[in-house]
Amino acid sequence: MMQSIRQQPFRAAVLVLVWGWLVFLVLTPNMLVVGASVMTRDPANFISLPLNLDAYRQLFNPLYLEVFLHSLYMAAMTTLVCLLIGYPFAWALSRVEKRRQILLIFLLIVPFWTNSLVRTYALKLILATNGLLNSALMSLGVIDESAQLLYTEGAVIVGLVYLLLPFMILPLYSVFEDLRQDVLLASHDLGAGRFATFKNVIVPLTLPGVLAGVMLVLLPAMGLFFVPDILGGSRNLLVGNVIKNQFLDARNWPFGAAASIVLTLTMALLMFAHRLSKRRLGEEGA
Amino acid sequence: MRWLSRSYLALVYLLLYVPIVVLVIFSFNDSRTGYNWGGLSVRWYESLFSNHAMVQAMWNSLWLALTAATVSTCIGALTALALHRYRFRGKKVLNGMLFVVMMSPEIVLAISLLGLFLLLGLKLGYVSLLLAHVTFCLPFVVITVMARLSGFDERLPEAARDLGASDFTMTRTVLIPVIMPALLAGWLLGFTLSMDDVVVSTFVSGPSYEILPLRIYSMVRVGLKPEVNALGTLLLVFSLAMLMLSQWILSRSKQ
Repeated sequence: MMQSIRQQPFRAAVLVLVWGWLVFLVLTPNMLVVGASVMTRDPANFISLPLNLDAYRQLFNPLYLEVFLHSLYMAAMTTLVCLLIGYPFAWALSRVEKRRQILLIFLLIVPFWTNSLVRTYALKLILATNGLLNSALMSLGVIDESAQLLYTEGAVIVGLVYLLLPFMILPLYSVFEDLRQDVLLASHDLGAGRFATFKNVIVPLTLPGVLAGVMLVLLPAMGLFFVPDILGGSRNLLVGNVIKNQFLDARNWPFGAAASIVLTLTMALLMFAHRLSKRRLGEEGA
Repeated sequence: MRWLSRSYLALVYLLLYVPIVVLVIFSFNDSRTGYNWGGLSVRWYESLFSNHAMVQAMWNSLWLALTAATVSTCIGALTALALHRYRFRGKKVLNGMLFVVMMSPEIVLAISLLGLFLLLGLKLGYVSLLLAHVTFCLPFVVITVMARLSGFDERLPEAARDLGASDFTMTRTVLIPVIMPALLAGWLLGFTLSMDDVVVSTFVSGPSYEILPLRIYSMVRVGLKPEVNALGTLLLVFSLAMLMLSQWILSRSKQ
Protein backbone atom coordinates (compact mmCIF):
# COMPACT_ATOMS: atom_id res chain seq x y z
CA MET A 1 0.00 0.00 0.00
CA MET A 2 2.73 2.47 1.03
CA GLN A 3 4.63 1.59 -2.09
CA SER A 4 1.70 2.24 -4.36
CA ILE A 5 1.17 5.63 -2.71
CA ARG A 6 4.74 6.55 -3.45
CA GLN A 7 4.48 5.26 -7.00
CA GLN A 8 1.19 6.91 -7.83
CA PRO A 9 0.50 9.74 -5.42
CA PHE A 10 -2.23 11.22 -7.61
CA ARG A 11 -4.13 7.96 -7.86
CA ALA A 12 -3.93 7.47 -4.12
CA ALA A 13 -5.13 11.02 -3.41
CA VAL A 14 -8.11 10.66 -5.74
CA LEU A 15 -9.17 7.36 -4.24
CA VAL A 16 -8.86 8.61 -0.67
CA LEU A 17 -10.93 11.72 -1.44
CA VAL A 18 -13.68 9.83 -3.26
CA TRP A 19 -13.89 7.02 -0.75
CA GLY A 20 -13.73 9.44 2.14
CA TRP A 21 -16.59 11.55 0.87
CA LEU A 22 -18.89 8.64 0.12
CA VAL A 23 -18.19 6.73 3.32
CA PHE A 24 -18.57 9.85 5.43
CA LEU A 25 -21.68 11.30 3.77
CA VAL A 26 -23.47 8.29 2.33
CA LEU A 27 -22.56 5.09 4.12
CA THR A 28 -22.31 6.41 7.70
CA PRO A 29 -25.55 8.45 7.60
CA ASN A 30 -27.48 5.49 6.19
CA MET A 31 -26.10 3.22 8.90
CA LEU A 32 -27.18 5.82 11.43
CA VAL A 33 -30.75 5.71 10.17
CA VAL A 34 -30.81 1.92 10.42
CA GLY A 35 -29.38 2.20 13.93
CA ALA A 36 -31.81 4.90 15.01
CA SER A 37 -34.79 2.85 13.87
CA VAL A 38 -34.12 0.11 16.42
CA MET A 39 -33.37 2.43 19.34
CA THR A 40 -35.62 4.07 21.89
CA ARG A 41 -36.93 7.61 21.65
CA ASP A 42 -35.22 9.97 24.03
CA PRO A 43 -36.43 13.53 24.56
CA ALA A 44 -32.96 14.91 25.36
CA ASN A 45 -30.62 13.05 22.99
CA PHE A 46 -33.16 12.05 20.32
CA ILE A 47 -32.26 8.36 20.68
CA SER A 48 -31.05 6.07 23.43
CA LEU A 49 -30.71 2.42 24.32
CA PRO A 50 -32.19 -0.20 24.73
CA LEU A 51 -32.57 -1.67 21.28
CA ASN A 52 -36.08 -2.68 20.29
CA LEU A 53 -38.52 -2.85 17.43
CA ASP A 54 -41.08 -0.48 18.94
CA ALA A 55 -40.73 2.02 16.12
CA TYR A 56 -41.63 -0.61 13.54
CA ARG A 57 -44.52 -1.77 15.70
CA GLN A 58 -45.72 1.81 15.88
CA LEU A 59 -45.98 1.90 12.08
CA PHE A 60 -48.89 -0.52 12.43
CA ASN A 61 -50.68 1.70 14.89
CA PRO A 62 -54.11 2.22 13.23
CA LEU A 63 -53.64 5.99 13.23
CA TYR A 64 -50.43 5.85 11.21
CA LEU A 65 -51.44 2.82 9.20
CA GLU A 66 -54.36 4.84 7.89
CA VAL A 67 -52.08 7.73 6.89
CA PHE A 68 -49.66 5.33 5.21
CA LEU A 69 -52.37 3.52 3.30
CA HIS A 70 -53.90 6.81 2.18
CA SER A 71 -50.46 8.02 1.06
CA LEU A 72 -49.86 4.76 -0.76
CA TYR A 73 -53.24 5.11 -2.43
CA MET A 74 -52.48 8.66 -3.60
CA ALA A 75 -49.03 7.62 -4.82
CA ALA A 76 -50.52 4.64 -6.66
CA MET A 77 -53.18 6.83 -8.29
CA THR A 78 -50.47 9.32 -9.28
CA THR A 79 -48.43 6.53 -10.85
CA LEU A 80 -51.47 5.13 -12.66
CA VAL A 81 -52.45 8.54 -14.07
CA CYS A 82 -48.84 9.19 -15.13
CA LEU A 83 -48.75 5.80 -16.85
CA LEU A 84 -52.08 6.34 -18.62
CA ILE A 85 -51.00 9.77 -19.87
CA GLY A 86 -47.34 8.90 -20.41
CA TYR A 87 -47.62 5.58 -22.27
CA PRO A 88 -49.47 6.86 -25.34
CA PHE A 89 -47.48 10.09 -25.09
CA ALA A 90 -44.12 8.32 -25.26
CA TRP A 91 -45.40 6.16 -28.10
CA ALA A 92 -46.55 9.16 -30.11
CA LEU A 93 -43.33 11.01 -29.30
CA SER A 94 -41.15 8.15 -30.56
CA ARG A 95 -42.93 8.30 -33.93
CA VAL A 96 -42.37 12.00 -34.58
CA GLU A 97 -39.57 12.85 -37.05
CA LYS A 98 -36.15 12.72 -35.42
CA ARG A 99 -35.39 16.37 -36.01
CA ARG A 100 -38.45 17.51 -34.09
CA GLN A 101 -37.99 14.94 -31.34
CA ILE A 102 -34.97 16.81 -30.00
CA LEU A 103 -37.01 19.95 -29.48
CA LEU A 104 -39.91 18.02 -27.95
CA ILE A 105 -37.62 16.22 -25.50
CA PHE A 106 -36.09 19.56 -24.60
CA LEU A 107 -39.56 20.95 -23.84
CA LEU A 108 -40.15 17.94 -21.62
CA ILE A 109 -37.04 18.46 -19.51
CA VAL A 110 -37.49 22.22 -19.08
CA PRO A 111 -39.92 21.64 -16.19
CA PHE A 112 -37.37 19.28 -14.60
CA TRP A 113 -34.95 22.21 -14.45
CA THR A 114 -37.43 24.68 -13.02
CA ASN A 115 -38.26 25.08 -9.39
CA SER A 116 -40.81 22.42 -8.40
CA LEU A 117 -42.05 24.50 -5.49
CA VAL A 118 -42.86 27.39 -7.79
CA ARG A 119 -44.65 25.09 -10.20
CA THR A 120 -46.72 23.59 -7.41
CA TYR A 121 -47.63 27.10 -6.34
CA ALA A 122 -48.63 27.92 -9.93
CA LEU A 123 -51.16 25.09 -9.75
CA LYS A 124 -52.62 26.72 -6.68
CA LEU A 125 -53.36 29.85 -8.74
CA ILE A 126 -55.40 27.68 -11.08
CA LEU A 127 -57.16 25.42 -8.59
CA ALA A 128 -58.06 27.97 -5.88
CA THR A 129 -61.71 28.61 -5.00
CA ASN A 130 -61.73 31.88 -6.93
CA GLY A 131 -58.92 30.72 -9.19
CA LEU A 132 -58.76 30.42 -12.93
CA LEU A 133 -60.33 27.01 -13.41
CA ASN A 134 -63.37 27.82 -11.31
CA SER A 135 -63.95 31.17 -12.99
CA ALA A 136 -63.51 29.61 -16.41
CA LEU A 137 -66.02 26.86 -15.63
CA MET A 138 -68.48 29.35 -14.18
CA SER A 139 -68.30 31.73 -17.12
CA LEU A 140 -68.86 28.78 -19.45
CA GLY A 141 -71.91 27.88 -17.40
CA VAL A 142 -70.67 24.41 -16.53
CA ILE A 143 -71.03 25.03 -12.80
CA ASP A 144 -73.08 27.60 -10.88
CA GLU A 145 -70.87 28.21 -7.88
CA SER A 146 -67.18 27.61 -7.37
CA ALA A 147 -66.27 24.03 -6.55
CA GLN A 148 -63.80 23.10 -3.84
CA LEU A 149 -60.80 21.98 -5.87
CA LEU A 150 -57.98 22.97 -3.58
CA TYR A 151 -57.20 21.07 -0.36
CA THR A 152 -58.59 17.82 -1.71
CA GLU A 153 -57.12 14.44 -2.44
CA GLY A 154 -57.57 15.19 -6.14
CA ALA A 155 -55.51 18.37 -5.90
CA VAL A 156 -52.60 16.45 -4.35
CA ILE A 157 -52.75 13.83 -7.09
CA VAL A 158 -52.91 16.51 -9.80
CA GLY A 159 -49.90 18.24 -8.23
CA LEU A 160 -47.88 15.04 -8.03
CA VAL A 161 -48.75 14.06 -11.61
CA TYR A 162 -47.76 17.51 -12.80
CA LEU A 163 -44.36 17.30 -11.12
CA LEU A 164 -43.59 13.66 -11.91
CA LEU A 165 -44.98 13.08 -15.40
CA PRO A 166 -41.63 13.66 -17.20
CA PHE A 167 -40.06 10.94 -15.01
CA MET A 168 -42.61 8.47 -16.36
CA ILE A 169 -42.34 9.62 -19.96
CA LEU A 170 -38.56 9.57 -20.36
CA PRO A 171 -37.92 5.85 -19.61
CA LEU A 172 -41.01 4.93 -21.64
CA TYR A 173 -39.75 7.00 -24.53
CA SER A 174 -36.43 5.19 -24.46
CA VAL A 175 -38.07 1.74 -24.72
CA PHE A 176 -40.34 2.90 -27.53
CA GLU A 177 -37.26 4.25 -29.29
CA ASP A 178 -35.76 0.75 -29.16
CA LEU A 179 -38.94 -0.89 -30.36
CA ARG A 180 -38.14 -1.95 -33.88
CA GLN A 181 -40.69 -1.45 -36.61
CA ASP A 182 -39.91 -4.84 -38.19
CA VAL A 183 -40.99 -6.65 -35.01
CA LEU A 184 -44.42 -5.05 -35.34
CA LEU A 185 -44.55 -5.89 -39.04
CA ALA A 186 -43.55 -9.49 -38.32
CA SER A 187 -46.37 -9.75 -35.82
CA HIS A 188 -48.78 -8.36 -38.40
CA ASP A 189 -47.49 -10.75 -41.07
CA LEU A 190 -48.01 -13.67 -38.74
CA GLY A 191 -51.65 -12.76 -38.62
CA ALA A 192 -51.91 -10.90 -35.34
CA GLY A 193 -54.46 -8.12 -35.18
CA ARG A 194 -53.75 -4.71 -33.70
CA PHE A 195 -54.84 -5.69 -30.23
CA ALA A 196 -52.97 -9.01 -30.25
CA THR A 197 -49.80 -7.25 -31.38
CA PHE A 198 -50.22 -4.70 -28.62
CA LYS A 199 -50.85 -7.32 -25.95
CA ASN A 200 -48.27 -9.92 -27.02
CA VAL A 201 -45.50 -7.82 -28.54
CA ILE A 202 -45.60 -4.17 -27.55
CA VAL A 203 -46.52 -4.52 -23.87
CA PRO A 204 -43.89 -7.16 -23.01
CA LEU A 205 -41.19 -5.26 -24.89
CA THR A 206 -41.96 -1.98 -23.16
CA LEU A 207 -42.40 -3.50 -19.70
CA PRO A 208 -38.91 -2.55 -18.43
CA GLY A 209 -39.68 1.06 -19.33
CA VAL A 210 -43.00 0.88 -17.52
CA LEU A 211 -41.33 -0.48 -14.38
CA ALA A 212 -38.55 2.11 -14.54
CA GLY A 213 -41.17 4.83 -14.84
CA VAL A 214 -43.21 3.40 -11.97
CA MET A 215 -40.05 3.36 -9.85
CA LEU A 216 -39.23 6.97 -10.66
CA VAL A 217 -42.78 8.16 -9.92
CA LEU A 218 -44.11 6.00 -7.09
CA LEU A 219 -41.38 6.74 -4.55
CA PRO A 220 -41.14 10.50 -4.95
CA ALA A 221 -44.95 10.50 -4.90
CA MET A 222 -44.71 9.28 -1.31
CA GLY A 223 -41.93 11.65 -0.30
CA LEU A 224 -42.66 15.09 -1.81
CA PHE A 225 -44.05 16.57 1.37
CA PHE A 226 -44.42 20.10 0.05
CA VAL A 227 -47.16 19.12 -2.42
CA PRO A 228 -49.77 18.27 0.24
CA ASP A 229 -48.54 21.22 2.28
CA ILE A 230 -49.41 23.58 -0.56
CA LEU A 231 -52.34 21.83 -2.25
CA GLY A 232 -53.73 19.20 0.07
CA GLY A 233 -54.55 20.60 3.47
CA SER A 234 -54.06 18.62 6.64
CA ARG A 235 -56.02 15.52 5.74
CA ASN A 236 -54.11 14.40 2.68
CA LEU A 237 -50.66 13.61 4.04
CA LEU A 238 -47.88 11.67 2.38
CA VAL A 239 -45.41 9.33 4.06
CA GLY A 240 -42.95 12.18 3.52
CA ASN A 241 -45.04 14.49 5.69
CA VAL A 242 -45.14 11.89 8.46
CA ILE A 243 -41.37 11.40 8.34
CA LYS A 244 -40.80 15.14 8.34
CA ASN A 245 -43.18 15.73 11.25
CA GLN A 246 -41.69 12.91 13.27
CA PHE A 247 -38.15 14.17 12.76
CA LEU A 248 -38.52 17.91 12.89
CA ASP A 249 -41.60 18.52 15.06
CA ALA A 250 -42.29 15.49 17.24
CA ARG A 251 -38.56 14.66 17.53
CA ASN A 252 -39.41 10.97 17.41
CA TRP A 253 -36.34 9.76 15.55
CA PRO A 254 -36.77 6.00 15.82
CA PHE A 255 -40.23 6.25 14.28
CA GLY A 256 -39.14 8.59 11.48
CA ALA A 257 -36.16 6.35 10.75
CA ALA A 258 -38.33 3.22 10.64
CA ALA A 259 -40.75 4.91 8.25
CA SER A 260 -37.93 5.92 5.93
CA ILE A 261 -36.48 2.41 6.01
CA VAL A 262 -39.83 1.04 4.91
CA LEU A 263 -39.74 3.58 2.07
CA THR A 264 -36.23 2.49 1.07
CA LEU A 265 -37.20 -1.19 1.15
CA THR A 266 -40.14 -0.45 -1.13
CA MET A 267 -37.69 1.11 -3.55
CA ALA A 268 -35.36 -1.89 -3.35
CA LEU A 269 -38.28 -4.20 -4.09
CA LEU A 270 -39.27 -2.17 -7.16
CA MET A 271 -35.70 -2.13 -8.44
CA PHE A 272 -35.52 -5.88 -8.01
CA ALA A 273 -38.70 -6.28 -10.09
CA HIS A 274 -37.25 -3.99 -12.74
CA ARG A 275 -34.06 -6.06 -12.96
CA LEU A 276 -36.03 -9.27 -13.14
CA SER A 277 -38.17 -8.02 -16.01
CA LYS A 278 -35.11 -6.86 -17.92
CA ARG A 279 -33.34 -10.16 -17.40
CA ARG A 280 -36.35 -12.15 -18.53
CA LEU A 281 -36.57 -10.03 -21.63
CA GLY A 282 -32.88 -10.57 -22.33
CA GLU A 283 -33.24 -14.33 -22.10
CA GLU A 284 -36.23 -14.37 -24.42
CA GLY A 285 -34.43 -12.17 -26.90
CA ALA A 286 -31.32 -14.35 -26.93
CA MET B 1 -54.35 8.44 -36.62
CA ARG B 2 -51.51 10.85 -37.27
CA TRP B 3 -53.36 14.03 -36.37
CA LEU B 4 -54.83 12.28 -33.36
CA SER B 5 -51.40 11.47 -31.93
CA ARG B 6 -50.15 14.96 -32.80
CA SER B 7 -53.03 16.66 -31.03
CA TYR B 8 -52.53 14.38 -28.04
CA LEU B 9 -48.88 15.45 -27.80
CA ALA B 10 -49.92 19.08 -28.10
CA LEU B 11 -52.56 18.70 -25.38
CA VAL B 12 -50.12 17.22 -22.86
CA TYR B 13 -47.56 19.94 -23.58
CA LEU B 14 -50.30 22.51 -23.13
CA LEU B 15 -51.19 21.09 -19.71
CA LEU B 16 -47.51 21.06 -18.70
CA TYR B 17 -47.00 24.68 -19.68
CA VAL B 18 -50.30 26.36 -18.76
CA PRO B 19 -49.43 26.76 -15.05
CA ILE B 20 -46.02 28.20 -15.91
CA VAL B 21 -47.51 30.69 -18.36
CA VAL B 22 -50.20 31.67 -15.85
CA LEU B 23 -47.54 32.28 -13.25
CA VAL B 24 -45.54 34.54 -15.56
CA ILE B 25 -48.61 36.53 -16.61
CA PHE B 26 -49.81 36.95 -13.04
CA SER B 27 -46.41 38.19 -11.95
CA PHE B 28 -47.21 41.38 -13.89
CA ASN B 29 -50.68 41.65 -12.38
CA ASP B 30 -51.37 44.83 -10.44
CA SER B 31 -54.22 43.30 -8.41
CA ARG B 32 -53.49 42.44 -4.79
CA THR B 33 -55.87 39.49 -4.50
CA GLY B 34 -53.93 37.52 -7.07
CA TYR B 35 -56.90 36.13 -9.00
CA ASN B 36 -58.37 38.98 -10.96
CA TRP B 37 -56.56 40.97 -13.56
CA GLY B 38 -55.87 44.47 -12.31
CA GLY B 39 -53.70 45.86 -15.08
CA LEU B 40 -50.03 45.62 -15.96
CA SER B 41 -47.49 46.39 -13.24
CA VAL B 42 -44.04 45.52 -12.01
CA ARG B 43 -44.84 46.34 -8.40
CA TRP B 44 -44.25 42.76 -7.20
CA TYR B 45 -40.78 42.79 -8.65
CA GLU B 46 -40.13 46.07 -6.88
CA SER B 47 -41.45 44.81 -3.57
CA LEU B 48 -39.29 41.70 -4.01
CA PHE B 49 -36.08 43.66 -4.33
CA SER B 50 -36.94 46.12 -1.58
CA ASN B 51 -37.35 43.21 0.84
CA HIS B 52 -33.99 42.99 2.54
CA ALA B 53 -34.37 39.45 3.91
CA MET B 54 -35.48 38.25 0.48
CA VAL B 55 -32.45 39.72 -1.28
CA GLN B 56 -30.21 38.20 1.39
CA ALA B 57 -31.81 34.78 0.83
CA MET B 58 -31.21 35.16 -2.92
CA TRP B 59 -27.53 35.86 -2.39
CA ASN B 60 -27.25 32.98 0.06
CA SER B 61 -28.85 30.61 -2.43
CA LEU B 62 -26.66 31.79 -5.28
CA TRP B 63 -23.50 31.42 -3.20
CA LEU B 64 -24.55 27.99 -1.97
CA ALA B 65 -25.38 26.80 -5.49
CA LEU B 66 -22.14 28.23 -6.85
CA THR B 67 -19.95 26.53 -4.27
CA ALA B 68 -21.92 23.26 -4.18
CA ALA B 69 -21.79 22.96 -7.97
CA THR B 70 -18.06 23.68 -8.02
CA VAL B 71 -17.13 21.24 -5.26
CA SER B 72 -19.36 18.49 -6.64
CA THR B 73 -17.95 18.99 -10.13
CA CYS B 74 -14.38 18.61 -8.82
CA ILE B 75 -15.11 15.53 -6.73
CA GLY B 76 -17.49 14.11 -9.34
CA ALA B 77 -14.90 14.47 -12.10
CA LEU B 78 -12.25 12.76 -9.99
CA THR B 79 -14.70 9.98 -9.12
CA ALA B 80 -15.56 9.45 -12.77
CA LEU B 81 -11.87 9.38 -13.70
CA ALA B 82 -11.12 6.90 -10.93
CA LEU B 83 -14.00 4.65 -11.98
CA HIS B 84 -12.97 4.88 -15.60
CA ARG B 85 -9.22 4.46 -15.29
CA TYR B 86 -8.25 2.72 -12.13
CA ARG B 87 -8.76 -0.79 -11.01
CA PHE B 88 -9.21 -0.98 -7.29
CA ARG B 89 -10.86 -3.08 -4.68
CA GLY B 90 -14.45 -2.15 -3.85
CA LYS B 91 -15.18 -0.45 -7.17
CA LYS B 92 -18.61 -2.05 -7.18
CA VAL B 93 -19.28 -0.74 -3.67
CA LEU B 94 -18.35 2.78 -4.82
CA ASN B 95 -20.67 2.50 -7.81
CA GLY B 96 -23.36 1.13 -5.54
CA MET B 97 -23.12 4.07 -3.14
CA LEU B 98 -23.50 6.56 -5.99
CA PHE B 99 -26.49 4.60 -7.22
CA VAL B 100 -28.04 4.66 -3.75
CA VAL B 101 -27.68 8.45 -3.55
CA MET B 102 -29.35 8.91 -6.90
CA MET B 103 -32.19 6.45 -6.43
CA SER B 104 -33.08 6.72 -2.78
CA PRO B 105 -35.94 9.09 -1.97
CA GLU B 106 -34.62 12.57 -1.21
CA ILE B 107 -36.24 12.55 2.18
CA VAL B 108 -34.26 9.48 3.23
CA LEU B 109 -31.01 11.19 2.24
CA ALA B 110 -32.18 14.28 4.11
CA ILE B 111 -32.83 12.58 7.45
CA SER B 112 -29.68 10.49 7.24
CA LEU B 113 -27.58 13.63 6.78
CA LEU B 114 -29.42 15.45 9.55
CA GLY B 115 -28.64 12.53 11.85
CA LEU B 116 -24.95 12.68 10.94
CA PHE B 117 -24.68 16.44 11.44
CA LEU B 118 -26.38 16.37 14.81
CA LEU B 119 -24.26 13.45 15.94
CA LEU B 120 -21.12 15.37 15.01
CA GLY B 121 -22.43 18.48 16.70
CA LEU B 122 -22.16 20.44 13.45
CA LYS B 123 -24.12 23.69 13.58
CA LEU B 124 -26.80 23.63 10.90
CA GLY B 125 -26.14 26.38 8.38
CA TYR B 126 -23.95 26.98 5.37
CA VAL B 127 -21.53 24.10 5.96
CA SER B 128 -24.20 21.47 6.50
CA LEU B 129 -26.11 22.71 3.44
CA LEU B 130 -22.95 22.62 1.35
CA LEU B 131 -22.06 19.06 2.37
CA ALA B 132 -25.62 17.87 1.67
CA HIS B 133 -25.93 19.62 -1.68
CA VAL B 134 -22.57 18.38 -2.91
CA THR B 135 -23.62 14.86 -1.97
CA PHE B 136 -26.87 14.85 -3.92
CA CYS B 137 -25.30 16.57 -6.95
CA LEU B 138 -22.36 14.17 -7.08
CA PRO B 139 -23.92 11.20 -8.94
CA PHE B 140 -25.26 13.48 -11.68
CA VAL B 141 -21.82 14.91 -12.34
CA VAL B 142 -20.28 11.41 -12.31
CA ILE B 143 -22.79 10.15 -14.87
CA THR B 144 -22.31 13.14 -17.17
CA VAL B 145 -18.52 12.79 -17.09
CA MET B 146 -18.60 8.98 -17.43
CA ALA B 147 -20.77 9.30 -20.53
CA ARG B 148 -18.15 11.57 -22.06
CA LEU B 149 -15.26 9.29 -21.11
CA SER B 150 -16.91 6.17 -22.50
CA GLY B 151 -16.61 7.42 -26.06
CA PHE B 152 -12.97 8.37 -25.70
CA ASP B 153 -9.92 6.93 -27.47
CA GLU B 154 -8.00 4.94 -24.87
CA ARG B 155 -4.72 5.22 -26.77
CA LEU B 156 -4.33 8.92 -26.01
CA PRO B 157 -3.66 8.58 -22.27
CA GLU B 158 -1.45 5.58 -22.97
CA ALA B 159 0.59 7.61 -25.45
CA ALA B 160 0.96 10.37 -22.87
CA ARG B 161 2.22 7.86 -20.31
CA ASP B 162 4.66 6.36 -22.82
CA LEU B 163 6.04 9.82 -23.46
CA GLY B 164 6.86 10.04 -19.78
CA ALA B 165 3.95 12.06 -18.39
CA SER B 166 3.04 11.34 -14.77
CA ASP B 167 -0.51 10.31 -13.93
CA PHE B 168 -1.25 13.84 -12.74
CA THR B 169 0.26 15.52 -15.81
CA MET B 170 -1.56 13.17 -18.13
CA THR B 171 -4.89 13.84 -16.38
CA ARG B 172 -4.32 17.59 -16.54
CA THR B 173 -3.20 17.81 -20.15
CA VAL B 174 -5.14 14.99 -21.82
CA LEU B 175 -8.21 13.95 -19.84
CA ILE B 176 -9.40 17.29 -18.42
CA PRO B 177 -9.63 19.00 -21.85
CA VAL B 178 -11.59 16.02 -23.16
CA ILE B 179 -14.14 16.04 -20.35
CA MET B 180 -14.42 19.85 -20.21
CA PRO B 181 -17.86 20.06 -21.87
CA ALA B 182 -19.18 17.38 -19.52
CA LEU B 183 -17.72 19.28 -16.57
CA LEU B 184 -19.53 22.44 -17.62
CA ALA B 185 -22.80 20.60 -18.19
CA GLY B 186 -22.44 18.79 -14.86
CA TRP B 187 -21.67 22.07 -13.11
CA LEU B 188 -24.79 23.71 -14.55
CA LEU B 189 -26.92 20.73 -13.59
CA GLY B 190 -25.53 20.80 -10.06
CA PHE B 191 -26.14 24.53 -9.82
CA THR B 192 -29.77 24.12 -10.83
CA LEU B 193 -30.38 21.14 -8.55
CA SER B 194 -28.96 23.09 -5.65
CA MET B 195 -31.02 26.22 -6.39
CA ASP B 196 -34.23 24.19 -6.55
CA ASP B 197 -33.83 21.80 -3.67
CA VAL B 198 -36.51 21.97 -0.99
CA VAL B 199 -36.62 18.53 0.58
CA VAL B 200 -33.01 18.12 1.70
CA SER B 201 -32.57 21.78 2.63
CA THR B 202 -35.64 21.71 4.89
CA PHE B 203 -33.81 19.25 7.11
CA VAL B 204 -30.21 20.43 7.08
CA SER B 205 -30.55 24.22 7.15
CA GLY B 206 -30.56 26.38 10.23
CA PRO B 207 -31.78 29.88 11.03
CA SER B 208 -28.31 31.32 10.48
CA TYR B 209 -28.40 30.79 6.72
CA GLU B 210 -31.74 31.32 5.03
CA ILE B 211 -31.98 30.20 1.41
CA LEU B 212 -34.49 31.06 -1.29
CA PRO B 213 -36.44 27.79 -1.73
CA LEU B 214 -37.14 27.59 1.99
CA ARG B 215 -38.25 31.21 2.06
CA ILE B 216 -40.63 30.53 -0.83
CA TYR B 217 -41.83 27.42 0.97
CA SER B 218 -42.77 29.33 4.08
CA MET B 219 -44.49 31.98 1.94
CA VAL B 220 -46.65 29.66 -0.16
CA ARG B 221 -47.80 27.44 2.68
CA VAL B 222 -50.19 30.15 3.78
CA GLY B 223 -52.34 31.47 0.96
CA LEU B 224 -51.25 33.24 -2.19
CA LYS B 225 -48.50 35.82 -2.26
CA PRO B 226 -48.17 37.89 -5.44
CA GLU B 227 -44.44 38.34 -4.77
CA VAL B 228 -44.01 34.60 -5.29
CA ASN B 229 -45.27 34.98 -8.88
CA ALA B 230 -42.53 37.49 -9.58
CA LEU B 231 -39.88 35.45 -7.82
CA GLY B 232 -41.00 32.27 -9.58
CA THR B 233 -40.80 34.01 -12.94
CA LEU B 234 -37.27 35.19 -12.22
CA LEU B 235 -36.21 31.69 -11.18
CA LEU B 236 -37.85 30.26 -14.27
CA VAL B 237 -35.99 32.58 -16.63
CA PHE B 238 -32.81 31.89 -14.75
CA SER B 239 -32.99 28.10 -14.94
CA LEU B 240 -34.13 28.24 -18.55
CA ALA B 241 -31.00 30.21 -19.38
CA MET B 242 -28.87 27.67 -17.51
CA LEU B 243 -30.51 24.75 -19.31
CA MET B 244 -30.04 26.32 -22.73
CA LEU B 245 -26.44 27.11 -21.91
CA SER B 246 -25.72 23.50 -20.94
CA GLN B 247 -27.48 22.13 -24.04
CA TRP B 248 -25.51 24.54 -26.18
CA ILE B 249 -22.21 23.48 -24.62
CA LEU B 250 -23.01 19.79 -25.05
CA SER B 251 -24.20 20.10 -28.65
CA ARG B 252 -21.23 22.28 -29.62
CA SER B 253 -18.78 19.75 -28.20
CA LYS B 254 -20.31 16.95 -30.25
CA GLN B 255 -19.61 18.68 -33.55
